[in-house]
Amino acid sequence: MDMKPVQFKRRSTEESAGFDRSVIDYIQNAAAHGLYEIRGLGAKRRVPHFDDLLFLAGSLSRYPLEGYREKCSTKTLLGTRFAKKPVELEIPITIAGMSFGALSANVKEALGRAATEMGTSTTTGDGGMTQEERGSSKTLVYQCLPSRYGFNPDDLRKADAIEVVIGQGAKPGGGGMLLGQKVNPRVAKMRTLPQGVDQRSACRHPDWTGPDDLAIKILELREMTDWEKPVYVKVGATRTFHDVKLAVHSGADVVVVDGMQGGTAATQTCFIEHVGIPTLAAVRQAVEALEDLNMKGTVQLIVSGGIRTGADVAKALAMGADAVAIGQGVLFALGCNSETYVRNGQHHSALDAYDAIGTAPGYCHHCHTGKCPVGVTTQDAELEQRLEPAVGAKRVRNYLKTLNMELTTIARACGKQNVHHLEREDLVALTLEAAAMAGVPLAGTNWVPGR
Amino acid sequence: MERVSFDLASTPLREVNQFLYQKLQAEDERHVEVHNPDGAHNIAVGLDQPVTVEIHGHAGYYAAGMNKKAHVIVHGSAGTGVAENMMSGVVHVKGFASNGAGATAHGGLLVIDGDAGLRCGISLKGADIVVGGSVGSFSGFMAQAGRMVICGNAGDALGDSLYEAVIYIRGEVKSLGADAQFEPMTDEDRATVADLLRQAGLQHDPASFKRIASARSLYHWNADANQEY
Repeated sequence: MDMKPVQFKRRSTEESAGFDRSVIDYIQNAAAHGLYEIRGLGAKRRVPHFDDLLFLAGSLSRYPLEGYREKCSTKTLLGTRFAKKPVELEIPITIAGMSFGALSANVKEALGRAATEMGTSTTTGDGGMTQEERGSSKTLVYQCLPSRYGFNPDDLRKADAIEVVIGQGAKPGGGGMLLGQKVNPRVAKMRTLPQGVDQRSACRHPDWTGPDDLAIKILELREMTDWEKPVYVKVGATRTFHDVKLAVHSGADVVVVDGMQGGTAATQTCFIEHVGIPTLAAVRQAVEALEDLNMKGTVQLIVSGGIRTGADVAKALAMGADAVAIGQGVLFALGCNSETYVRNGQHHSALDAYDAIGTAPGYCHHCHTGKCPVGVTTQDAELEQRLEPAVGAKRVRNYLKTLNMELTTIARACGKQNVHHLEREDLVALTLEAAAMAGVPLAGTNWVPGR
Repeated sequence: MERVSFDLASTPLREVNQFLYQKLQAEDERHVEVHNPDGAHNIAVGLDQPVTVEIHGHAGYYAAGMNKKAHVIVHGSAGTGVAENMMSGVVHVKGFASNGAGATAHGGLLVIDGDAGLRCGISLKGADIVVGGSVGSFSGFMAQAGRMVICGNAGDALGDSLYEAVIYIRGEVKSLGADAQFEPMTDEDRATVADLLRQAGLQHDPASFKRIASARSLYHWNADANQEY
């Protein structure tokens, strides 16, 4: 009898599952402003991911290789289908497309330097090619996007590969976005826009519709570049099985699949969190599409969207990817969400700058404001000084080096002399969801849900 | 002076484009005739020298795409994306043009004697386009810079989400797109139209054109703009 009021009293203080504080905040924010939230980075919700997979390494049934002593190649060749000059990389870890505009020129230079030192590639973005990036990056992939901002035949010919961007994992089906704070005079000029406009990019290409048109567009790009350069086609992960098949049909040398955890410089939160499928599910579908067409090994697959560690890279490769692309990971390596920035060899606190935009290290996703406390995603003349190219380059190089060492550690343990020999058979899943999405058995069983 | 001539019925397109893209030195190499195009795609794409190319017949997609400096004449109609992303030079289509004519072009002049299809001048970035006939829906969509002169009519949503490009039209507009508005013609506008008509070889009274430009109400996020974005 007296339990009920006590229970009621206790329960009345509990937070609702459906309307928790974050949901109430969302509703009240919508009510106050009448506009959706826009933010940077990728999905924050928990989704089945590479964390839910484990490797079965060598033992008695398989022999491992001696760590550090026995050879384990990481060389990666991309664009062997049609291009006269395929891209040759030392490591299967590339830097994803991020625009000058979203990132400062210093950052683009830092990425180029780091990639060149590590023998990998960088990718331009929705804002054209900067001299800083072309000058510092030995292997540069030039994106052809719906907006065509800054797109021109001279830069096209300067590129080492071309990436036709259909969509992005953070917002498949959506165009780019760059808020006015970041459209400074240089960015505005490169994009032929008035300074300070809230720039919205188109979501469809202006001069083709559908895969049959894309095939002709790709031929145009090949004609213009003498059939030398590999043509990548990048899709945001949704109906990945069909999209990859159509990309192959369109004549892609390389297909890039970007899962929903992929980042963005600015997009509606509802888009980031609710559109697209996890990278884990996308890789399997992409590989199945290539296998179905008997194109595995002929058309290469690059996977991106939430790749963080060498283990993630190893798992993506084992599932059938030829390489990965990393965006957010390299931003964090540069100092994104760090408490300090380095200037003239000294660490300085960035806490005031986080406070000024109402956030804190570890939580910041305010790339869209251009007020990056550590000078990474900004066009502000003062803030961008917080990231010195030499410091950034060293950090990104170290990060890529670490990932590559982790990758070869796992590959050797699995008995592979080449990281590209990692295979699906080396993997098991920890959860039912991951087993079903990745198409590998639940650990300790032979069970692949759905098979 | 003998002109260089190619017959696409017997010569691969690759060969023609390679010839056009090599460093042409001799004067007689600077005027090239292409016969029997038969709707082939990607004819004369990526040119970057002051060469004249005459295509005798219909061209497929992306004729003279990304043109720089060259003068390309299509004696027939052109498919999707004629002169797309042109940087400079002149492209003249004597017949009709399909969708996306002059899409994203940064510079130069595109003249279409007949009608143009959907999305003519989409995402225009500084080039000039003169259309002797009418244009389809969504023409001038998100056009950022440059000028379009339309001597006929326009379909729906003309100049939707315009940035700084300006559209001049002589005929009827089925509907304007979001943020596009009619504005008064100034002397400067009339001089611009007269000059572009002269370059295109068309005879119309510049005073008979109306000016359409951006109201600039979508330049910044605005809750009251509802779904106009």
